[in-house]
Amino acid sequence: MIGLAGAVFLLGNGRIMGASGIIGGLVDRSGLSNWQERTAFLAALVVVPALMLPIYNVEVQTNITDNMVLVVAAGLLVGIGTRLANGCTSGHGVCGISRFSLRGMVATVFYLLAGGIAMVLFRHVLGVI
Amino acid sequence: MLRTILAAVSGGLFGAGLLVSGMTDTTKVQGWLDVFGDWDPTLAFVLGGAILPMALAWYVTTLRTKSVVGTEFPARPDPKLSHNLVIGSVLFGAGWGLVGLCPGPAIASLSWGGTGGIVFILAMVAGMLAANPIRARIDQVAAA
Repeated sequence: MIGLAGAVFLLGNGRIMGASGIIGGLVDRSGLSNWQERTAFLAALVVVPALMLPIYNVEVQTNITDNMVLVVAAGLLVGIGTRLANGCTSGHGVCGISRFSLRGMVATVFYLLAGGIAMVLFRHVLGVI
Repeated sequence: MLRTILAAVSGGLFGAGLLVSGMTDTTKVQGWLDVFGDWDPTLAFVLGGAILPMALAWYVTTLRTKSVVGTEFPARPDPKLSHNLVIGSVLFGAGWGLVGLCPGPAIASLSWGGTGGIVFILAMVAGMLAANPIRARIDQVAAA
């Protein structure tokens, strides 16, 4: 379904389905020229899973940590990082790799590597997550 | 209008896919990133499964000149790898590992993510606002 979503956005609207880019363009106002498209995408991204919850008969949890220092630090890192790199898991990982984009592949290698190192450092060495 | 509707269809499919695949469950994501611990490889299939239809869609763009709504397909970006691509990806990956949320799932789980989910999104938005001055500073240092 994630790939299909990207295919609809690409073939339908001629746009790359990258979550950080769609949000970021609204946040820093660089993408206001097509704000309707961005807002519609994000609204459906919130509403559809919310409507699915009662139907999807499984205990759904984000299991997000209660440690707000970690949450704020992670949010800042994700926000700064995805904008500097011009993409996140959906833009570089799904849409980039599938068109054999070197940038997408390099970005994906680096964020997965950094994610793995973060797990080693914060879970196994420091024990905070 | 069609453009807005198609965007909503795409966003809805994306959200449904993220929910069903477990990408909105931070413990599952962290279990996937934790290659050196108790590794859960299943999310690799989610990424792989998403790449296949996308690859087909990219192939279709070579057969057509315009999208359904009449816009140009996205041009290939400059293949030159910038320092910002690497620095940004490392920062993003570290944040992703720390809490287990990336931008898409953070938005998709807004309705049930609780306070933590909302705080994450607010911090992410603040980070996005900070990114432009940070990029300017990095470029300045790199040029020197």
